[in-house]
Amino acid sequence: MSQTSVLFDVAGPRTRARYRIYTVISLVVILGLAALLVLRMAARGQFAYDLWEPFLTPDYIRALLVDGLLTTLRMAFFSVILAVVFGTIFGVGKLSDHASVRWVCWSVVEFFRAVPVLMLMIFLYFGYGAGPGGLDAFWCVVIALTLYNGSVLAEVFRAGILAVPRGQSEAAYAIGLRKTQVMTQILLPQAVKIMLPAIISQCVVALKDTSLGYAITAPGLTFVGKQIYTDFQNQLQTVIVVAALYVSVNLVLTWIATWVQRKFVGEKKILEVSMVAETDAGAGLAPGGR
Amino acid sequence: MELVFSNFDLYLSACRLTIGLFLVSAVGSLVLGTLLAAMRVGPIAFMSKAATVYITVVRNTPLLIIFVFVIIGLPKLGILFRSVEELGISSFFFRACLALTLYTSTFVAEAIRSGINAVPLGQAEAARAIGLTFGGTMTQVVLPQAFRATVPPMASVFIALLKNTSVAYAFGILEATARMKYFTNISGNDLPIFLIFAAGYVVLVEIVSFGANRLERRWSVAR
Repeated sequence: MSQTSVLFDVAGPRTRARYRIYTVISLVVILGLAALLVLRMAARGQFAYDLWEPFLTPDYIRALLVDGLLTTLRMAFFSVILAVVFGTIFGVGKLSDHASVRWVCWSVVEFFRAVPVLMLMIFLYFGYGAGPGGLDAFWCVVIALTLYNGSVLAEVFRAGILAVPRGQSEAAYAIGLRKTQVMTQILLPQAVKIMLPAIISQCVVALKDTSLGYAITAPGLTFVGKQIYTDFQNQLQTVIVVAALYVSVNLVLTWIATWVQRKFVGEKKILEVSMVAETDAGAGLAPGGR
Repeated sequence: MELVFSNFDLYLSACRLTIGLFLVSAVGSLVLGTLLAAMRVGPIAFMSKAATVYITVVRNTPLLIIFVFVIIGLPKLGILFRSVEELGISSFFFRACLALTLYTSTFVAEAIRSGINAVPLGQAEAARAIGLTFGGTMTQVVLPQAFRATVPPMASVFIALLKNTSVAYAFGILEATARMKYFTNISGNDLPIFLIFAAGYVVLVEIVSFGANRLERRWSVAR
């Protein structure tokens, strides 16, 4: 039997017996906790049909899926598309030969990476939204998410472009291409392939963050959830259903990212960028954060 | 802008609350995260499955939903954290920290796991080959290298946590973001106020990132 972990040897018969005891103990503890939760819910009448009814009623299901999930997906979609544009511009800008352009791009990216998305949303909505003729809450969420995710993607783009082998740009210059041509025809097309999985992972972050629109009454899944639990006083049930929806969409996205990674990049780790240090060629292993 | 400077104590107390939320949840998620990581990489298949399920579900749920669950959902089960109030801690503060901890611990666990995975198998094999015991292998060879590899992702997690404390705003906690809203409501001139509060976050983020850089440099070795 091959060994699979640096942490311990392959178990012998006595260790295996000990593992079995631990398995039983952990099984009892975890199932016990779950049972406690279920009993508690039952004791408080949380399984009453009335509280779950909205999730079995076609009208509410439609509200959850169309007004909720679809709007959330649209918000995430717009912000990711715009973030890719923002990220390309600022990521390339950070690699510019002109110190002033580099500096401006660097400070914009650093600023929006350090400021909480929620604070941006609140600033946009209560500063320029709300009231007649102002920005729609929907677009406040999209703009805030674009600025934040765009800044993260700018780092990803920069790392992706740097990850293209040096020989590529040297060869391109050697056959007489100009700076812009090298970037648009040689580096970017190859970098996109490397960055694609990271961009899709960023979609998960954007999708989760759309729920922050709750604070500025933006539409979306969380908002519909709030309306339902205000009407029915079934907070617990709504949270479970809404969380299940978010988790399933995110799992699909994660699965797509892994598939794209395997298809286009190979078994290497997904390119991820650390919040700290100007890592070169995406040396950081940061697990996404948010 | 003057409004903020003439009420600077309010600004500072809001920042203190943000820092308090951050520190308490950071410690909490380190503890819970380490426990989850230990379960996940440990040899007991069932524990590893359980930890994986928890991490996958919580990581993919928006933080806001977890806040709703802890702050609005749990009281429905009669879990009100009264005992915390008796200790003189606001139960709102405690519940906000609990939500942040539940969420962030999953990212901490993943950071630790990636650190352990970064240690080449040969290291442990070599350590055993020269006759180190299990404890010696762990403390002298595997864990020091794992901790080193954990620093950058862990810093990202904590920076995200720092920014995530702003979600507590939506649940009636007067931290920095809520205070910004308070000031912008009164003044009407939003941009300077936004910039002052944003600067506060930028400074805090830079402190965390500077600390991580120092730690990484001190621990880094030529391989």
